[in-house]
Amino acid sequence: MTVTVRTGAVLALGDDALVLSHRLGEWAGHAPVLEEEVALANIALDLLGQARVLLSLAGDEDELAYLREERAFRNLQLVEQPNGDFAHTIARQLYFSTYQRLLYAQLAAGDSEFTGLAAKAVKEVAYHQDHAEQWTLRLGDGTDLSHERMRRACEALWRFTGEMFQPVEGVDVDWAGMKATWLETVGDVLRRATLEVPEGPQSGAWTAGAGRQGLHTESFGRMLAEMQHLHRSHPGASW
Amino acid sequence: MTTEDWPLWEVFVRSRRGLSHTHAGSLHAPDAEMALRNARDLYTRRGEGVSIWVVPSAAITASSPDEKDPFFEPAADKPYRHPTFYEIPEGVKHL
Amino acid sequence: MATAAAHRTARADDMAEADAARYEAVFDAAVAADERIEPRDWMPDAYRASLIRQMAQHAHSEIIGMQPEANWITRAPSLRRKAILMAKVQDEAGHGLYLYSAAETLGASREDLLDKLHTGRQKYSSIFNYPTLTWADVGAIGWLVDGAAITNQVPLCRCSYGPYARAMVRVCKEESFHQRQGYELLLALSQGTAEQHAMAQDAVDRWWWPSLMMFGPPDDESAHSAQSLAWKIKRHSNDDLRRRFVDICVPQAESLNLTLPDPHLRWNEERGHYDFGPIDWTEFWEVLKGNGPCNEQRLSQRRQAHDEGAWVREAAAAYAAKHNGATGAADGHADVAVGPSAEQAGMSGEA
Repeated sequence: MTVTVRTGAVLALGDDALVLSHRLGEWAGHAPVLEEEVALANIALDLLGQARVLLSLAGDEDELAYLREERAFRNLQLVEQPNGDFAHTIARQLYFSTYQRLLYAQLAAGDSEFTGLAAKAVKEVAYHQDHAEQWTLRLGDGTDLSHERMRRACEALWRFTGEMFQPVEGVDVDWAGMKATWLETVGDVLRRATLEVPEGPQSGAWTAGAGRQGLHTESFGRMLAEMQHLHRSHPGASW
Repeated sequence: MTTEDWPLWEVFVRSRRGLSHTHAGSLHAPDAEMALRNARDLYTRRGEGVSIWVVPSAAITASSPDEKDPFFEPAADKPYRHPTFYEIPEGVKHL
Repeated sequence: MATAAAHRTARADDMAEADAARYEAVFDAAVAADERIEPRDWMPDAYRASLIRQMAQHAHSEIIGMQPEANWITRAPSLRRKAILMAKVQDEAGHGLYLYSAAETLGASREDLLDKLHTGRQKYSSIFNYPTLTWADVGAIGWLVDGAAITNQVPLCRCSYGPYARAMVRVCKEESFHQRQGYELLLALSQGTAEQHAMAQDAVDRWWWPSLMMFGPPDDESAHSAQSLAWKIKRHSNDDLRRRFVDICVPQAESLNLTLPDPHLRWNEERGHYDFGPIDWTEFWEVLKGNGPCNEQRLSQRRQAHDEGAWVREAAAAYAAKHNGATGAADGHADVAVGPSAEQAGMSGEA
């Protein structure tokens, strides 16, 4: 398919939600405590709902989700990262939901085709951010073991955070301002969790871009293979 | 309680404005903040509430079964507190 | 409510015999009059023990029951189906929580009940020891397994123990979408391509008999039935419920254009029920004993999730201990707004 500026923007936001929702869905039956089964599923369902609205702006939601090749996905590399342990999932949630909340707040206040969706989604995302923050505090300032795991997770995912602030054409927000606020917000949560803001670079050294340009990490291909297999095995079938 | 055991909380949900909070059930949480959040996820997944209270189960004092009679019987002999006590002629509406 | 206090509930052995007899008479009269027994009421020890076992087993079934369906979340063939399935598996976690919570009103602790599950000292429904091999199995579980569960559970909304009855009201209300989504899923397959129809038929062939076994052994072999019926913690016999279920399913299968794998199925005018073929109780007892296709897998995944989550639960408990007093109501945050994800309620309407 030819990707216009508009479709590119829709896919960037929609794929983020779709892919993260899928990763969170992998937790079902594996969460550290039953209450968290319910919480993680709530977040996954919110994101899937957002993804469906967004993808439908660009075409048929199922064709887009199930029939695109890996290189056609525009999501951030951050959201496709495997769940890892619970600390990795929470670090990924903290980084992404803080970004998404800032992004959607700006979109909700603006005047674009994203305004309506963003106004509704920003409330959901505020809850996701709160969930991530509460758990970051508890893991960071819990036991020595949890502190160490949370520290490692925050550091491991740090290099995927720079990509969030690469301007997406067609998404009209203040990217630089957003990055500054994000750093401040995440930094504050990490400090309260007795953790430090990781020191390394916020992006890789390669110049070819990353998820937003359709360049993904190895595990993403396997994720898509699993997600798309059944749909692709029955071309044209309805479900 | 082992270190990983979370205490039990009782959850009360106001289903809509104008109604009291009603006991919905209980759940486990490490502290009040998480109890509120867990309660929201568990007991209001389908929009059943507009507000939630959580109370540590251990903080509730209940009347014991032995005291049941003096506690609850006096009300039973004040039937005039209940609308069905009063006979209203047929045809009178809005009462 | 007042669950912790339930431990302190007066017990028969602390009382003069005359008192015990008097309490028992009050209890029996309340049950006979269809009144509800509440946590702090006096109750026979055996009633308490039976209820804890029944509620725990029910809760365990919800939790283990998440696995066969969660097996398909990542492969759901459309985004609509994926949302429905995630919401359903989430509900099952929720139902498990309601039921553990009801069991805790009798002084059982969830930790202890989970431990009994993990060590095989308490059971869960054997149906979840069967594998979900194709997408159609998700539909068959919704239609048949949830259908059988609802047939079992609706009468329990009137069971004699208040917290259990209330939990069941909530569960049944939420479950109604589970069965419908399963039926709708199978209908889509049945009306789809030849491969899809075959997939649906294969799933029904595999799930039909195990679903009938869900009602438990025949009445004359059911160990706890008579006492449970008298106590009204069970409202109909296994065979009654099974007959009711078969009667409901036969016309539904016809409208699905799928056949039920039983050559003996036919309407019996005289009895006013469908006759059906003999159930393979050897299979039932074998699966119950632990020799089903997935017993080991289900329990080990459950244990693994629990063990691997220990450090998370410990961290939260440690954090709470450090920050004791600086939380929740004390800060005036007792009222939380509960709007944002309420539209997931729409899931039931959609299914």
